[in-house]
Amino acid sequence: MIGTGTGALRLIPFMALLLIGRSGLAQAPDSTATPPPHTGPDLPQVHGNFSTDAQYYRVDSVIGAEVPDEKMGINAWGNIQYTQGRFTAGIRFETYEPPLLGYPAGEPYSGTGIGYRYARYSIDDLDITVGNFFEQFGQGMAFRSFEERYLGVDNAMDGVRVKFQPTEGIYLKGVVGRQRFGFDDGFNNGVGIVRGADVELSLTEFLPTAFPAWVEKGRNLVLGGSFVSRYQEDKDPLRELPENVGLWAARANYTNAHWNLYTEYAYKINDPNASNDFIYKPGQGLLMNATYSTKGLGISAGAHAFDNMVFQSDRATQNLFNLNINFLPTLAKQHTYNLPATLYPYATQPNGEVSYQGEVFYKFKKGTPLGGKYGTKLAVNYCTAWSLDSTAMPDDTLQFKGYTTAFFQRGERQYFSDFNIEVRKKLSKTWEIAATYLNLVYDIEVVQGKAGAPVVFADMFIVEGLHNFTSRNSVRFEVQHLRTNQDKGNWVTGLAEFTFSPHWFVAAMDQFNYETLDESFSQNGEEVEVKRTHYPIGSMGYIRGGNRFTMNYGRQRAGIFCVGGVCRQVPASNGLSISITSTF
Amino acid sequence: MKHLITALALALPLFLNAQGKMPAVTVQTMDGKKVSTSSWTNGGKPIIVNFWATWCAPCKRELATIADLYEDWQKETGVKLIAVSIDDTRTMNRVAPYVNGQGWEYDVVLDPNGDLKRALNVNNVPHTFLLDGKGNIVWQHNNYEPGDENDLYEQVKKAAGK
Repeated sequence: MIGTGTGALRLIPFMALLLIGRSGLAQAPDSTATPPPHTGPDLPQVHGNFSTDAQYYRVDSVIGAEVPDEKMGINAWGNIQYTQGRFTAGIRFETYEPPLLGYPAGEPYSGTGIGYRYARYSIDDLDITVGNFFEQFGQGMAFRSFEERYLGVDNAMDGVRVKFQPTEGIYLKGVVGRQRFGFDDGFNNGVGIVRGADVELSLTEFLPTAFPAWVEKGRNLVLGGSFVSRYQEDKDPLRELPENVGLWAARANYTNAHWNLYTEYAYKINDPNASNDFIYKPGQGLLMNATYSTKGLGISAGAHAFDNMVFQSDRATQNLFNLNINFLPTLAKQHTYNLPATLYPYATQPNGEVSYQGEVFYKFKKGTPLGGKYGTKLAVNYCTAWSLDSTAMPDDTLQFKGYTTAFFQRGERQYFSDFNIEVRKKLSKTWEIAATYLNLVYDIEVVQGKAGAPVVFADMFIVEGLHNFTSRNSVRFEVQHLRTNQDKGNWVTGLAEFTFSPHWFVAAMDQFNYETLDESFSQNGEEVEVKRTHYPIGSMGYIRGGNRFTMNYGRQRAGIFCVGGVCRQVPASNGLSISITSTF
Repeated sequence: MKHLITALALALPLFLNAQGKMPAVTVQTMDGKKVSTSSWTNGGKPIIVNFWATWCAPCKRELATIADLYEDWQKETGVKLIAVSIDDTRTMNRVAPYVNGQGWEYDVVLDPNGDLKRALNVNNVPHTFLLDGKGNIVWQHNNYEPGDENDLYEQVKKAAGK
């Protein structure tokens, strides 16, 4: 009883805020820019946001859509932030009653409760947070706690963070805590303790007088170093496991007016864990990136190699989405069109991968033969990922080191490649058109862990058009085609979206898995009859100020949903879904 | 405890304020330096803060549309647009070449772990805030549809006193 009582009490300010937030916005959604009533620096302010995704499910045997016992799922989040001068406190309520199908990616979530809370105080050069926080060292190869709400990835730290800037150009950070694991009427933390420290030096800010030419020409060199350690008790009856596992990383970033060169190296001591079959082998990672850009032209090239770099705050966890201490994203381009984004997106293989990428953006100027009246934009991108060259240890029954590697040497097996080229052109005041070609190689067995699944070789063509009927009403359409002799065969997708600025949109999309070249195709090692399946879906939305309401009805294909560098599998579904987001 | 929470709940409307001051959060500049949003000024003229990402198609449409109008907007109102990229480590290296490849003239900053995004309670991108000359948030808008730039510019003119 006590539990329920406090639960309800906790919700009162939350509900009050939601109501007030809504009514406040209802009065002046996007109208007059009245000056705010409080402008003093130390007056308290309360802000927050709310978002929910709910779906009502229907049975659909054609696409294998299942319905949970509850018939519907709902995910909801409400953040409240209180700020007064140098003090900030925040709390997030979450509801999963039950969560949407396939959500989250890692440890299950259920119930309603507090998912995140913190208090923070900062004075100029010192910044202290207690409770939950998100933080990143360098590009995350040593440490990154972050959230991707729509994926169900949240490895927030729960502990203490101190940031200190002793002098201009030097930044120190220290973190200690446990990481968010699952959610059961409130978040719970993993077993391991994570400790980390990071130092960063920005040369021209630290010693501006020693490098006057650099300051003048906009050059800078930033050096950084991190150390992160995990403590987890060894309860294994047979093996002797390291209880403290350390990882260090060093990085350098040189920039000038046109160039940006970044490199980071990380080394982890032996960390026997569930994902590497408990071998006592150290891990290492190297990433390098170079970009050159000038008005109208941008070029980037990058490479990385990872060997045995999974680092989680529970060595026994079976799921690669849980309790990650570091972040090892893929170099592959994140596509925005539906078919390439959700059918075959690549995910890094953190225990062994060598990958390269290159990309060019170019704008043909107005008035040139290729630029025409409005200019033409070109983007070319290539990425490939391979196994790491490694050899199994011949006699490994005593040391359990697993394998030896030739670091940064690629192995025999190609996991992925993506070549794509896009041309975008404004034809007139009211028409814009874009054409894209993609060529894809995708090893399903490795990337999605489906034993015996084929390597997919696919070609895609995409045409997108945008036409403005008036200054406020427009239509956008996409036609996407994917051709492959493997996996599910050929797809065509059509989409039309009508927008009525500033408030409304309606859209309709159909994805059609229309045929393969043969009458049947191989799936999971079996010959499967071709099923021609349509996936129609309709959407509408209403936007006002910081609020958005959208509704979808129809079939959703099983697919992979990616935000940032992380992807999760989403099962096929049929039904009505509603999303509301609000910022206040 | 009960009384405290109830009192807090009742007192909240007094403080609640859909608009407010820009929170002070550290973001990265394109040359790897850290800057606080509290240092953002534009000589008493308005500032547009636009959250976007290289993987967000409507965001890129919005910034490309405004890019064609930006010179006129600046001449007429002195407004400045700060494009806050929420690209994380996976795609943040593409931001500089992309922005330059488009020929955009905006001030671009990186928010790779979402610190500013969270401080401003942004759910998804694109999301636009307008600051008046004193740094108060006077208007915000989620999403982008062709034509929304007209409403934004109406607000910019109001904030600039035009």
